[in-house]
Amino acid sequence: MKTFNYHSAKDVKEASKLSSSNSAYLAGGMTTIPSIKLGLASYRDVIDIKGIKSLSGIKVSGKSVKIGATTKHVEVAKSKDVKKAIPSLSALAEGIGDPQVRNRGTIGGSIANNDPSADYPSACIALNAVIHTNSRKIEAEKFFKGMFETALKSGEIIEAIEFSIPQKSNYQKYPNPASRYAIVGVYVAKHKSAVNVAVTGAKSCVYNDKDLSKALSNNFSSSSVDAVRISSSEMNSDVHASAEYRANMVKVFAKKAVEAC
Amino acid sequence: MASLVGSRVERKEDKKLLTGRGKYTADVNFVNQTFAYFVRSPHARAQIKKVDITKAMKAPGVVSILTGADIANDKIGGLIAGWRIKSEDGSDMKVPAHPPLANDTVNYVGDHVAVVIAESLDEARNAAEIVKVDYKILKAVVDTKDAMSSDQIYKDIPKNLCFDWLLGDRTKVKEAFEKADKVIKIDLINNRLVPNAMEPRAANADYNPSTEEITLYTTSQNPHLARIIISAFNGVAPENKLRVIAPDVGGGFGSKIYPYAEEVVCSWAAKKIERPVKWVADRTESFLSDCHGRDHVTHAELAVKNDGTFLGFKNETIANLGAYASVFGTVTPTYLFGPCATGVYKMPAAYTNVKAVFTNTAPVDAYRGAGRPEATYTIETLVEKAARELGMDPAEIRMKNFPTQFPYQQTLVHSVDSGDYVAGLNKAMELADYKGFEKRKRESASKGKLRGIGLCSYFEACGIAPSPVVMMLGCGIGLWESAEVRFNPTGNVTVFTGSHSHGQGHDTTFAQIAADQLGVPIENIEISHGDTDKGPFGYGTYGSRSLTVGGTAIVKACDKIIAKGKRVAAKMLEASVDDVEFSNGEFVVAKSNKKKTIGEIAFACYLPGTYGEVKSPLPEGEEPGLKETSFFDPANFSFPAGSHICEVEVDPDTGETKVVKYTAIDDFGTIINPLVVEGQVHGGLAQGIGQALYENCHYDETGQLVTASYMDYTMPRADNFPDFNLGFTCTPATSNPLGTKGCGEAGAIAAPPAVMNAVMNAIGTEISMPATAEKVWKAYNQNKKRNSEAA
Ligand SMILES: Cc1cc2nc3c(=O)[nH]c(=O)nc-3n(C[C@H](O)[C@H](O)[C@H](O)COP(=O)(O)OP(=O)(O)OC[C@H]3O[C@@H](n4cnc5c(N)ncnc54)[C@H](O)[C@@H]3O)c2cc1C
Repeated sequence: MKTFNYHSAKDVKEASKLSSSNSAYLAGGMTTIPSIKLGLASYRDVIDIKGIKSLSGIKVSGKSVKIGATTKHVEVAKSKDVKKAIPSLSALAEGIGDPQVRNRGTIGGSIANNDPSADYPSACIALNAVIHTNSRKIEAEKFFKGMFETALKSGEIIEAIEFSIPQKSNYQKYPNPASRYAIVGVYVAKHKSAVNVAVTGAKSCVYNDKDLSKALSNNFSSSSVDAVRISSSEMNSDVHASAEYRANMVKVFAKKAVEAC
Repeated sequence: MASLVGSRVERKEDKKLLTGRGKYTADVNFVNQTFAYFVRSPHARAQIKKVDITKAMKAPGVVSILTGADIANDKIGGLIAGWRIKSEDGSDMKVPAHPPLANDTVNYVGDHVAVVIAESLDEARNAAEIVKVDYKILKAVVDTKDAMSSDQIYKDIPKNLCFDWLLGDRTKVKEAFEKADKVIKIDLINNRLVPNAMEPRAANADYNPSTEEITLYTTSQNPHLARIIISAFNGVAPENKLRVIAPDVGGGFGSKIYPYAEEVVCSWAAKKIERPVKWVADRTESFLSDCHGRDHVTHAELAVKNDGTFLGFKNETIANLGAYASVFGTVTPTYLFGPCATGVYKMPAAYTNVKAVFTNTAPVDAYRGAGRPEATYTIETLVEKAARELGMDPAEIRMKNFPTQFPYQQTLVHSVDSGDYVAGLNKAMELADYKGFEKRKRESASKGKLRGIGLCSYFEACGIAPSPVVMMLGCGIGLWESAEVRFNPTGNVTVFTGSHSHGQGHDTTFAQIAADQLGVPIENIEISHGDTDKGPFGYGTYGSRSLTVGGTAIVKACDKIIAKGKRVAAKMLEASVDDVEFSNGEFVVAKSNKKKTIGEIAFACYLPGTYGEVKSPLPEGEEPGLKETSFFDPANFSFPAGSHICEVEVDPDTGETKVVKYTAIDDFGTIINPLVVEGQVHGGLAQGIGQALYENCHYDETGQLVTASYMDYTMPRADNFPDFNLGFTCTPATSNPLGTKGCGEAGAIAAPPAVMNAVMNAIGTEISMPATAEKVWKAYNQNKKRNSEAA
């Protein structure tokens, strides 16, 4: 492990001031620390943001669930308010990694990292989330740009993620048996105006499957899924699953999710 | 005092291990400690043109950098293959040189090129990054099946073939096959596994220049073997100047049986720089450089009569040894594999032919079960296939071919002393509610799931091993075991064993045995192992041998203690030796009812003079002290056996497969501690189910290890398993006085075929391990398509 300077920021302003092109924020550290240890990343400054109170906590209003960036997965999983408002979201949090990961990993870290197999990005897309940062609000559809790439500017800090409460929703995931990241995860959410089907794990970045969303917006039943063709051409292929298998799973899970709604 | 043998005594060692008070090699630090980091080959196969250390030597904190040239200059010997195997044509096996630091070529990713020694680990690692190695990359040989027709890795080893070995009689097999109504054929891959002990390997060597003694702490299942190899073969120090200590060790599963390059290099380097040198593997190094397990490609055939009687069997296997032949690398796919190839059955004719090949992958050596899981997987999936093709119940075909008279002389090698396979399978079927399967299958179907059931009846040869037999077969050492029982003057006891505990629970089980033998409370007995300066020479722990061989040595040493105690008691009680009986810790003269406790006798043995009223208790010519040693060499292997039944549920939409019911009936002979034994079975099953459904060590075609972390290599977890239904039958072993057979490997041997037979039963077609969701999904759908096209 390369050495670095450790800072603990007391508020967002200080954290932002400390940041540079050679720094990383430390939330749960579940990605940052292993990357440094394995020599995949090195930083001059690591800025701990866990001590910033305003970044943590869950607020549920009539229309939305707003989750602070450093809120841990376990807190979302255990929250009675989240369970009541968007049960699929607490189920998603409960299915992330393992207890150790859930006890440390944070929603802000997960989204900022934008791992192609992470779970939360699918929730953001499906639940029309708005990402609140220290300088602006970003719609989820514009936030996730590509593999490990987001709309965040250098040093920009996510403060909270605000999810719209849907009429119905469900998340289905086939976890990588080794890491438990999603090999394929499908998040179906029925809002008043339309249905979103967000897919993670299958391609280089989370996406809203427009064909599935449209078919289900017209007729919210699992039979609508049958008619949609899922192409495997852009899908990931690795030791864990082929593109063909992933394409099949998108369909299987879209159906299962609709049935479970 | 009630007998402790057979009771569920809680493990004495757990308090220490579970509260963080264990002492592992990485916990040991010497004054003036230095830290080693190995420069490893990033290529699977390459020529080393130049190793340039000039820049790295100047890096902060660097104490020394040593390379293959240095180790050659100092004439440090290479790593060895422990068993000499002869090919069918009588020629000797061919093995490449294996210097602890590579000289001119590297032969797998992770191969050792140089060692950087520095004041801190960070400094060593940073300097290692700037050691410049100039490689000429060569085409790697990776695939087991194609190894013989690929580029030749070593100049003197044509076709990359180490040996082409035969056990059995080809002519008799040919005749048997001519008489068959049907021949069942199968092609299998036994997937390569990474052992994944919880504690990574480590070594810390300290050298004392004034005594010229090296003390090596290491993660070893076998410290005495490490000492003799590092001394006699690597020539690092004479045996009397090398002390090897394997303190608490966090699991081995075979991967810590023999000394690796790192132990040799740390010991040699410590002497060279006259400072202690410590190396601790990180997890990536463990994946790359621990020996791997399995990796066979097999074609097997079974000749049967229409009524299900087995007539003959042949097994043609290619076994991947990896880049070098390691200590047990050559015996694992031969004598640990071939003799068990016909399974538990009467098999009038059989042969096993093994071609062992070198590839540019990590060395393959013994891994829990070693050879026997591969043998069992082949015969048990083949027998199940025979049942399917003959339209017989898989239980029925097994019952029909079980031997029922013991001792049973098998066709290939083993004379099995005891067993009752019929009782085992019957009990398994009862506990598993075999008859109720169809109903459970319908219930699963109503939830949209496919349910399958699979059986496995296994036996294994363990209690390794009768020395004359194994030495005749090419083993370079004997495999007896030692024990020393030492009474302290105050009446408590220390038992030294040459075996080693790294999770097996020796501290408890062995203490139970000694407590029963000596009539001393278990709290007063300490088991000591793992330090070559403390107990007598021994052969460590693997091959389910510790209790059967090492435990028996304890019994024999206790017998000697009691014999001496009788002589002393006779003198003290003024009786003849023949009139002294020993039971429950007391020497009693029946006629007079006079007695002495064993504690009193021990005290007397240490105080042989006259003291006040007390006269010398020792008979004329009797030496003072109470300490006895025994070396036990078993007359035969021991043969645990059993039947396991697995049920799986498969989701046909996704291929996800879950073990929903698992029943294991095992015959381990006498069970000393059921709690410990059940733990061993659980662990073995976890590994066996892991092999069947999850684990797979995958190299790409260039020889890079793709599954080199837990993000990609699937270790099974607790939520992958149902509650296991365990049960036991008991036919005591006749080859040792305890009647024990060994239990450490059974789960890993029996589970893969039981699980795979269940998966294949569920989806109606063949599939290779591991049965991952995608593979199951594909196989099921292809089969469905084939069937509907046929209809
Ligand atoms: C073994 C394992 C299994 C896992 N399994 C899953 C899984 O099944 N599903 C899943 O979705 N995830 C999984 N994860 C990921 C995990 O859940 C975390 O979400 C992820 O590691 C990042 O969150 P963190 O809080 O640990 O971030 P950190 O590691 O602390 O930071 C990650 C990155 O995000 C940046 N960052 C953090 N917080 C902010 C912020 N507020 N604003 C801007 N940038 C920020 C940091 O600068 C850094 O670049 C797994 C991780 C591990 C180690």
